[in-house]
Amino acid sequence: MRKFIVGIMAAALLGLLLAGCSSEPQKEAPKAETSKATEQAAEQATPEAKPEGAETKVGFIYVSPIGDAGWSYAHDLGRKAVEAMDGVTTSYVEAVPEGPDAERVITNMARKGYKVIFTTSFGYMDPTIKVAKEFPDTVFMHCSGFKKSANVGNYFGRMYQARYLSGIVAGAMTKTKKLGYVAAFPIPEVIRGINAFTLGVQSVAPDAEVRVVWSKTWYDPATEKEAAKSLLDVGCDVIAQHQDSPGPQEAAQEKGVYSVGYDTDMSAFAPKSHLTAPIWNWGPFYTHVVKSVMDGSWKSESVWPGMEEGIVDLAPYGPMVPQDVRDKVEDARRKIVSGQFKVFAGPVKDQKGEVKVPEGAVAGDEQLLGMTWFVEGVIGSTE
Amino acid sequence: MLELALPILAATVQSGTPILYATLGEMLTERSGVLNLGVEGMMIIGALAAFVVTGATGSPWLGFLAAGAAGALLGALHALACLVFQGNQVVSGLALTIFGVGLADFLGTPFIGTTVPGFDKLSVPLLSALPVFGDIFFRQDALVYVSYVMPLVFWLTMRRTSLGLAVDAAGEHPAAASAAGLDPVALRWFGVVGGGFLVGLGGAYLSLAYTHLWTSGMTAGRGWIAVALVIFAFWRPGRAVFGAYLFGGIMAFQLRLQAMGADLPSSLLLMLPYGLTVFVLAASSARGGGVGAPRGLGVNIEPQE
Repeated sequence: MRKFIVGIMAAALLGLLLAGCSSEPQKEAPKAETSKATEQAAEQATPEAKPEGAETKVGFIYVSPIGDAGWSYAHDLGRKAVEAMDGVTTSYVEAVPEGPDAERVITNMARKGYKVIFTTSFGYMDPTIKVAKEFPDTVFMHCSGFKKSANVGNYFGRMYQARYLSGIVAGAMTKTKKLGYVAAFPIPEVIRGINAFTLGVQSVAPDAEVRVVWSKTWYDPATEKEAAKSLLDVGCDVIAQHQDSPGPQEAAQEKGVYSVGYDTDMSAFAPKSHLTAPIWNWGPFYTHVVKSVMDGSWKSESVWPGMEEGIVDLAPYGPMVPQDVRDKVEDARRKIVSGQFKVFAGPVKDQKGEVKVPEGAVAGDEQLLGMTWFVEGVIGSTE
Repeated sequence: MLELALPILAATVQSGTPILYATLGEMLTERSGVLNLGVEGMMIIGALAAFVVTGATGSPWLGFLAAGAAGALLGALHALACLVFQGNQVVSGLALTIFGVGLADFLGTPFIGTTVPGFDKLSVPLLSALPVFGDIFFRQDALVYVSYVMPLVFWLTMRRTSLGLAVDAAGEHPAAASAAGLDPVALRWFGVVGGGFLVGLGGAYLSLAYTHLWTSGMTAGRGWIAVALVIFAFWRPGRAVFGAYLFGGIMAFQLRLQAMGADLPSSLLLMLPYGLTVFVLAASSARGGGVGAPRGLGVNIEPQE
């Protein structure tokens, strides 16, 4: 009998703890909504004093905490640009896991009368489509996916263009002609970035090689740092990365070599080694979308803007990058922006020397989005 | 060849160290007769406590101790559930993991993306000049050096002191220990709380020495590997050292194999440590079911009416 009671107590304890965990995002939601960035708006206008709908409410959903200095932080900088628009208030919910939780958070936001909701992670795709059906008057914008519906559009940026430019910097700074790339997961987005980086490197150092190590993580500083160290051990003297953590930057600085960041300016973590970083700049795009929703010109579409729209860019150069290298990069940037130069213009060969993009041709979006092969000069496996 | 092997071995020691701390902690707990599956939760709370306290005080050593204290506190929770309320040890341990990971996630959110001073590489004079050995063992950080002493202290305590023998007695046969005038419940409290302290220290290694960062989920399963390693080590500290470095070695090796350009699918390499865990568990039970397991492991002490 005693054991039975104890069993029940244990089960109750477990249940209590589980409940405690699952209710946590709910507790976090209001905290996020009343966070500093939105306080200003609250001071300017008391919602009750204004007629319903005077302010356009724009919501953002992030997969990680905005303090990650990476992916979600970049989106939040975009949100702040929207917040600065007239007649717009914004709020966000951070660290929302992909899956059922996401659906609940998106529904919550839609129910509260948000006009535009940006869902900023690949795994939010199906929840976004599902919730959007119930709220036909709300505009949903999903980042990095491929599905759309009447009131769901999707968007992404041509990060590979900025990766190419960062490759030029890295290629100009390497002495061993061996560069290391700490890669996240072998999916087309990451492979495309590695290829563009390599082509950039080769444009200034034709015989250089780029070594790839997969960490199979998006944010695990310990593993990513270890992966960077493994590249340093085989003689790489510039480290690039695709994950959101500054772990690889730390490894490069400790070894006294250079590094290229990602997502946002990571120079704070490794001021002595951070050359530059391909970064996201969502502000102009987000304000454009919100404006088009406000004036009624918004249509559901898939957009993939690039450097010409300013959606991707390079972080400020570190002091060690010489002027002639900066000039070279700026020259390439101008040609990319004007459309005169395409990163994946033929001839592009894969690792086996097979021609993937013939001379005179340019890889189309379909080929870019389904890229599963490495260009010549990359050492590593795409599996 | 040597210049490639040395960094791998040095990295082996480094990635094995957090697992070593945690394995010794769980070993102490289990030798007192209590199974604690909350290692992952205690470890991550330790990592967070270390990071926060170091950031607040500027002293990594205080952070290191705070990690132990945080681990011990979670251990006390487990002891409360199992030793006072006679709760099921498996259930309470699992709850502790879920609770610890969730709590660290919740409390740690504001600290993501910040850095603290932490421990840096510190070459030991003379010893670091040794060929090969110096490179592998004595150009590490201070916490690694502490971890060299730990198994020895553990072994000496368990073998040569009356406290260690009493803890073993509480784990092997609590009724007999009680008849001999010992207090098995108090000894188990010592095992669970002290074990939690060591596990917490393992967490501190991740956020203060391995990296100087905090992130949610940064233990990434290392706590579970420690639980498996206790069985792998047959509850003996010497073998725990071997096991921890074996796992650390595989982790370091698979990344370097990729960097060297081996054309192997990385998923296969990443599976190695976990495949090895399964193999070791199967092999050790084939050898006659938990060789060397404390006989009272996982069985609560029923209070005398």
